[in-house]
Amino acid sequence: MSMPTKDASASEELVFARPASMVDRATHYCPGCHHGIAHRLVAELLDELELVEKTIAVASIGCSVFLYNYIDADSVESPHGRAPAVATGVKRARPDKFVFTYQGDGDLASIGMAEIMHAANRGERISVVFVNNTVYGMTGGQMAPTTLLGQKTTTCPVGRCKDREGSPIRMAELIAQLGGTAFCARGSLDSVKDIRQAKKYMRQAFEVQTKGLGFGFVELLSGCPTNWRMTPVAANKRITDEMIPYFPLGVYRDVAADGTCGSTVAGGE
Amino acid sequence: MSRITVSEERCKGCLLCTQVCPVEIIRQSERINQHGYKVTEVPAESMGKCTGCASCATICPDVAIEVWRSKKPKKAA
Repeated sequence: MSMPTKDASASEELVFARPASMVDRATHYCPGCHHGIAHRLVAELLDELELVEKTIAVASIGCSVFLYNYIDADSVESPHGRAPAVATGVKRARPDKFVFTYQGDGDLASIGMAEIMHAANRGERISVVFVNNTVYGMTGGQMAPTTLLGQKTTTCPVGRCKDREGSPIRMAELIAQLGGTAFCARGSLDSVKDIRQAKKYMRQAFEVQTKGLGFGFVELLSGCPTNWRMTPVAANKRITDEMIPYFPLGVYRDVAADGTCGSTVAGGE
Repeated sequence: MSRITVSEERCKGCLLCTQVCPVEIIRQSERINQHGYKVTEVPAESMGKCTGCASCATICPDVAIEVWRSKKPKKAA
C-alpha cells in the first residue's frame, strides 16, 4: 500500500514513501533521534533485496529494544549484548534465513563486547547494524565505551578523561581485523549524502550474508539529542564536527572487493 | 510540479528537514499535533519551488514525509 506506485494522477508519481516492511506506527524515539532513519534504511533494504519473508531480526537492549514493533519481520529479542550469540544459534539452526542484529553502542561495545568479537571472529553468516550515538540512550545518558573524550554525561559530569576512563573504542576498526569478517564499514546518519552512503554500506553488509561470504558489520554514527542536551539540528552538527573526525567513515574490510575469502585474516597473517 | 506531504501525526518537529531543503521552503508551522510537537509545513505559495529531491524525506527520522515528483512530459521526438 505504501510502495511507490504510479497511481494517482498520471502527471506525478510517488517517489518516496514509507517502506512496506516498516510498520505505520509512531515510534517512541525522541525528536531527531537517528534510530528512525536506521530503521527505515533496514526496512528499505529488506524490501529491495526481497528478504522480508525470510528475515529473522535479533533486537538488543537500549532504545532499539522495540525494533520488533517497527519492522514487519519475524524477530527475537536478545537483550544485554547477547544478540550476536542468539543470532549465531538462529542462523545455524535455520541457515536458509536472513539473520541480522540491530544493536546500540552500550549494548554491542560494552556488555556485548565478547559476543560480537567472537561472532565476527568465527565468521558467522549474520549481519550486524551497530548504531553508535556515544551514550547509553535509554537509561539516561550514561558514559558508553564510545563516549568521546571531554564529552559530559551523567556518569562523567566533568567530561570523559583518557587517564580515568580510557579512549573511545573504534568498533569498526576492531571488527575489521577479525578473521571471519567479510564486510565492515562505518557510515553516518547526519546528512543526506551520508545517509545515502550509509545505505550502500548496509546493502553490502546484508549481501555478504546472502552470498555466504561471512560476517557483515556496519557502524552508523547517530545522534542522541536528548542525552546530548542539544537540539536535533545541533546534534547533527556535532556528528559532523566532533564524531566523524574521531570515527572516520569508510569501508574497513571488504572481501568481495579483495578477492580474499572470509577466513583470511586481515593483514595477511 | 513536485510536492511533499507531511504527516502531521508523525512529525515530531525536529526541524532536520528544514535544514536540508535546497530551496528552503520547509518551515515550522504554528500547528501543534496531538503529541505536542509543532509540525513542519511547506506554505502553499512556496510548494511550486519544490524540486522533488527527497532530501527532507531522506533525513526525516519519523518517515513523516512523502514526496511526489512530476513526470517529465514526453514530447514527441
